[in-house]
Amino acid sequence: MMTDNTLKNPFNDPPGTVVTGKWHKNRYRLLKRLGAGANGAVYLAESAAGPVALKVGVSTAQVASESSVLKTISKARGQSLGPSFLEADDWERGREIIPFYVMEYIDGPDLLSFVTGKGFSWAAVLVIQLLSDLQHLHEQGWIFGDLKPENLLVGTPGNRIRCIDPGGMTKIGRSVKEFTEFFDRGYWGLGSRKAEPSYDLFSVAMVMINLAYPNRFLKKQANGFPQLMAAVRQHAGLCKFEAVLRKALGGGYRTAFEMRQDMLMLLTSHREKKKAKTTHRPEKSKLGQSRAKRRRFRKFKKFMAAMMIILMISVLYWYYTYGQISIPF
Amino acid sequence: MNAGTLKQILLITDGCSNQGGDPAAAAALAREAGITINVIGVMERDIIDEKGAAEIQNIAMSGGGVSQIVYTKQLSQTVQMVTRKAMTQTIQGIVNKELKHILGSNGSIEALPPEKRGDVLEVVDELGETVDLDILVLVDTSASMKPKLETVKEALLDLSLSLNARMGNNQFSVFIFPGKRKETEKLLDWTPKLESLAAIFPKLQTGGITPTGPAIHEAIRHFDRKRKLRGYHTHDDGQYFEESI
Repeated sequence: MMTDNTLKNPFNDPPGTVVTGKWHKNRYRLLKRLGAGANGAVYLAESAAGPVALKVGVSTAQVASESSVLKTISKARGQSLGPSFLEADDWERGREIIPFYVMEYIDGPDLLSFVTGKGFSWAAVLVIQLLSDLQHLHEQGWIFGDLKPENLLVGTPGNRIRCIDPGGMTKIGRSVKEFTEFFDRGYWGLGSRKAEPSYDLFSVAMVMINLAYPNRFLKKQANGFPQLMAAVRQHAGLCKFEAVLRKALGGGYRTAFEMRQDMLMLLTSHREKKKAKTTHRPEKSKLGQSRAKRRRFRKFKKFMAAMMIILMISVLYWYYTYGQISIPF
Repeated sequence: MNAGTLKQILLITDGCSNQGGDPAAAAALAREAGITINVIGVMERDIIDEKGAAEIQNIAMSGGGVSQIVYTKQLSQTVQMVTRKAMTQTIQGIVNKELKHILGSNGSIEALPPEKRGDVLEVVDELGETVDLDILVLVDTSASMKPKLETVKEALLDLSLSLNARMGNNQFSVFIFPGKRKETEKLLDWTPKLESLAAIFPKLQTGGITPTGPAIHEAIRHFDRKRKLRGYHTHDDGQYFEESI
C-alpha cells in the first residue's frame, strides 16, 4: 500500500539517461529536469522528432489519467491551452516500471516572472488570452482546476499563454481534486469545489491578484471577500479592474467569454478615457435612459387605455341617463 | 460492479499511543471489517520522533490506508488529499479485482497497454465521484495537541467542503480520545454536515493519555452499530449501485 511521508523526489535521473518505452520502443534522451513535484517530474528530452517534454510519475493511475485528459484536449481543433499529447508508455528503469508520457515542449518563462520582468501592463493582456483558451476548454466540458502562475508559461515566440500541468483538469460537474489554496474559492469561503466554469474564473481573478502581489498572503477571516477587494483597491494596476474582479470573485460570471468581454471593454475604454473623458459610459446610460423612457411610455399607454374605457362608459351612461330623462319630454 | 459504501477512519494524532493494545493490530482488525485507516501525523515546528513516525506509518499500513506527516499549517490540504488518495486506492483495488476476473491472475492497470488504461481510469474516476463515503474522524486530544486543535477543526471543515462537492453521499462522525470520562468519546454522530463541529471544537479539553488502540476499536464498533441500524431501515441509505466496465 502507498505511504509517503518523505518529501524526497524519486526522480533524479542525470542528463543523458535514455528512456526507452516498453510498449512502443521509442527512445528519449533526457536533457534537463524542468520541474519536480510530489507525484513525479518533467524533463526536457530529445526524441527522433525533436525536443519534447517527458513526464514520469509515481502512480500509473495518475499518469494514465493525465495523459487521457491531454489526449482529449489535444483532439479538439484550434489553439489548445495545454501542450499537445504525443504518447504514453512505461519505462523499465532497472527492476522498476515507471509510467511516463510525452508531450509538446513549450519553452518560455513562467507567468509570474514574465510579468514581474516586463511590467504589470502585460497581466491584463495575458489574462484576456487565458480567458479565450478557457472558454474553449469549458466548451469541451472540462475545467482547468489548478490554475496558478506556476502552471502557466508565456510561450516564446509569440508571447502566448500556455498551461503546462494538466493534473488538475476536471470534468464539469465533478469535484475539483487538485487545487492550491490561494487560488481555491473554497479556501476563501467563496464557493464550493464543484467543477464549473466559475471555479476557474475565480482562480483567474486570483492569478491577477497574485501577479500584483507576488508573495501572496493568507486569509484573515472565514469570508475572504472584503480582504481580497481591499487588496485589489490598494494596488495601482489592479484597481481599474475592480468591477471585473469583484464579479469574478463573487461567482458572477457564468462563462469565460463574459469576463473576457468585460476585461476588454475596461482596457479599451480606459485608453479612450484619456482622449475624451466620455465615450463608453454615456452610451450605456443612453441605453438605460431609453429603456426607462420606453417603460414609462408603456405605462402611459396603459393609463390612456384605462382612461378611454372610463370615458366611453361614462359617455354611454350619460346617453343612457340622458335618454331616460329625455323620454318624458 | 458493486462498490457499496466506502468506509474510512481518519486518525489525526501527534505522537505515540501509550495506553491499551497495539494500534496497528486494531488497524488490521478494521481492515478485516472493510474499513480503511488513514493516519495524519501533525507536528509543530519540531520533527516528530522516530518512534511516533514509525507507529503512524505502521497503523496506516496494516489499516490498508495512507499516512502522511505534516506541519500544522499544511493540514487542510493534506487531510483532503489523503482522504482522496485512500478512496482512489480502495476503488482501484476493487477495479483491479474486477480486472483479474476478466484478464486472469496478472490483471491490473499496470498490465494493460497505456492506450487502454484511460478507460479503466475513467471507471475509477466515476466511482470516486459517485460512491457513498462514511468517514469516522478520530482526533487525538492529548495535552500536546492543544495548540493544533483550531487547525484540525479548519481542516475538517475544509474536508467536508471538498467531499460535499462530489455527487456521492457523505456521512461523517467525530470521536476524540481521551474523552472526559472514557477512553474515547463521541463528539458528533453520523451526519452529512460537519459544520456543527465549529461550535463544539473550541470548547474541547485536552490532556491525559493517548489510547490510540482502544480508540480504533471503538471506531470499528461505531461503524458496526451503523450497519445494524441500517439493517432495520433498509430503505434509507443502504444504496448500492451496479456499474459495469
